[in-house]
Amino acid sequence: MYKYDQYDQQMVDTRVAEFRDQVRRRLAGELTEEQFRPLRLQNGLYLQLHAYMLRVAVPYGTLNSAQMTVLGDIADKYDRGYGHFTTRQNIQYNWIKLEDTPDILADLAKVEMHAIQTSGNCIRNISSDQYAGAAADELVDPRPYAELLRQWSSFHPEFLTLPRKFKIAVIASETDRAAMRLHDIGIKMVKNDAGEIGCQFYVGGGMGRTPMIGPMIKEFVPLDQLITYSEACLRVYNRYGRRDNKYKARIKILVHELGKDEYARQVEEEFAHLLSQGIEPPLAELERIKPYFDDPAFDTGASDDLDLSDSDFRVWVERNCHAHKQAGYTIATVSLKPIGGIPGDASADQIRLMAQLAKDYSFDELRVTHAQNIVFPHVKKADLYTLWQKLDEAGLGTANLDSVGDIIACPGLDYCSLANARSIPVAQKISERFGSAEKQAEIGELKLKISGCINACGHHHAGHIGILGVDKKGVENYQLLLGGCEGADTSLGKITGPGFDEDGIVDAVEKATGVYLANKQEGERFLDTYRRIGMDPFKEAIYG
Amino acid sequence: MKILTGNDLKSGAVVWWTGVGWSLDVNNAADVGEDGTKIIAREEGAQNVFAAYVIDGEKTSDGVRPAHIKDRIRALGPTVRPDLTLKPSDPEAVNWVI
Repeated sequence: MYKYDQYDQQMVDTRVAEFRDQVRRRLAGELTEEQFRPLRLQNGLYLQLHAYMLRVAVPYGTLNSAQMTVLGDIADKYDRGYGHFTTRQNIQYNWIKLEDTPDILADLAKVEMHAIQTSGNCIRNISSDQYAGAAADELVDPRPYAELLRQWSSFHPEFLTLPRKFKIAVIASETDRAAMRLHDIGIKMVKNDAGEIGCQFYVGGGMGRTPMIGPMIKEFVPLDQLITYSEACLRVYNRYGRRDNKYKARIKILVHELGKDEYARQVEEEFAHLLSQGIEPPLAELERIKPYFDDPAFDTGASDDLDLSDSDFRVWVERNCHAHKQAGYTIATVSLKPIGGIPGDASADQIRLMAQLAKDYSFDELRVTHAQNIVFPHVKKADLYTLWQKLDEAGLGTANLDSVGDIIACPGLDYCSLANARSIPVAQKISERFGSAEKQAEIGELKLKISGCINACGHHHAGHIGILGVDKKGVENYQLLLGGCEGADTSLGKITGPGFDEDGIVDAVEKATGVYLANKQEGERFLDTYRRIGMDPFKEAIYG
Repeated sequence: MKILTGNDLKSGAVVWWTGVGWSLDVNNAADVGEDGTKIIAREEGAQNVFAAYVIDGEKTSDGVRPAHIKDRIRALGPTVRPDLTLKPSDPEAVNWVI
């Protein structure tokens, strides 16, 4: 994985020293909260419902064992013994003290991590496919391009005060595992007719209060124009994005209002101008980055044989493991969704254990997924049973990937100052009702996503079943959505009708799955059946 | 009653105005009547707390209870982690929040 050069390290160290001084001045009363707020947000420090919250960036979701160990240590030393993995492949700590923050950032900097640009109206952490560099179905490893974009977007002076926050995802497989078209810019690595690798640009996607699927605006951008074209997209947005209304300030609104063709035309105009300015980094920089993402030293003679005589292990392999590009290896996902647990939470001990297991069994590498799970990207099949046993002993062996128990849920009103309703208790109740191995096997793939407010951090628009918590005259109320999807066939969920209370929404989910089970045809997932039979049978069962 | 809440500058912890200072326990919250804005200006100016605001509350036989669920959760802690609330040994504490 990527290693900081002297410039990366110097920038991060300088920022830590700068923030240390800002915190000192704040605590000494030399800065008011109004003056300090933008400074702390630039360093990922929010104020949430109960305390300060620190969001730490995990670039494109990739980290090594030493970094993961530090994340566990921070949870113990400065927080309350746990961390929360987020839908942007980051980690958040919920109980941070202001006076500790500079020391936390210093600890992070020692392992090449930071919290810069995890808040504010800037380009946020670049996200990617959690199986990058390992998946059997990828064209190339998308991470060198994500890293180039990270370097370009970090401290970019022109894009630190955009109209609103800006999120970029990069993928390189036909199967979209990063919700690419629901990002401000989604980039898909593709091959053209001449066999050259380039970038396909989708701009103006997003969730939030106005969900939109990003349209493709450029079919092929050569690799030596990636940064220039990205800059052109951002420049048009920075110039014309609405700053008068926070709720209309995202690029999706600009693209929608201009129309994708007019937006693309303006980008082309800016692109032509920027090409004449020669802002593109030399390809040599990309070539410098690429070797950091070279394959680890795989055992090319490794066997594909697996002893599946332990039935619990067999179910876990079937559910949580994915095809690897290298024979004899697999990609293993650790579900952070035990039955009745809090989606995305892991204790300090669990975080450190996963770090050690990655060192022992996955070439020192881990990934954070946008579905709030952890991936061991390169596990030799011969080691898989031992790995699973060690995970299972620590409560990390749940076999439910992409099933009804693998729920994405935002922190909701239990932690978030923006939320209108709690998400986690709903996730827990659904997980408890549907979490048994038999029930999950019966229902199959079902992506269920819960947000505690319209900002949609829990991706409810993209859930096969989505749940949105709202405030109805001071009482929590939950709307049900059906038919969302974040993959290659991205679609937005539709609201079924009037909302429910906390128990009612769990019953409604059961009725919806009942309709699926009664109507499914051979090989159909919940989403397939919904798309075939439409909303009406579901509404009838839920409200009839 | 009107009660005043904010966050402690150093720890970020939720605190409640008692009439003479700040407390972690909502049951110590005082009725600030019409004086909330004045107290906020003074206390924020002294850098004791930040993000302070006035809310509606009620004095019940069990203690002071904020009117809105969001403030009740602020007062106790996350309902999904009773061990991290202000009343970790009281499993019933969550009941007055919801």
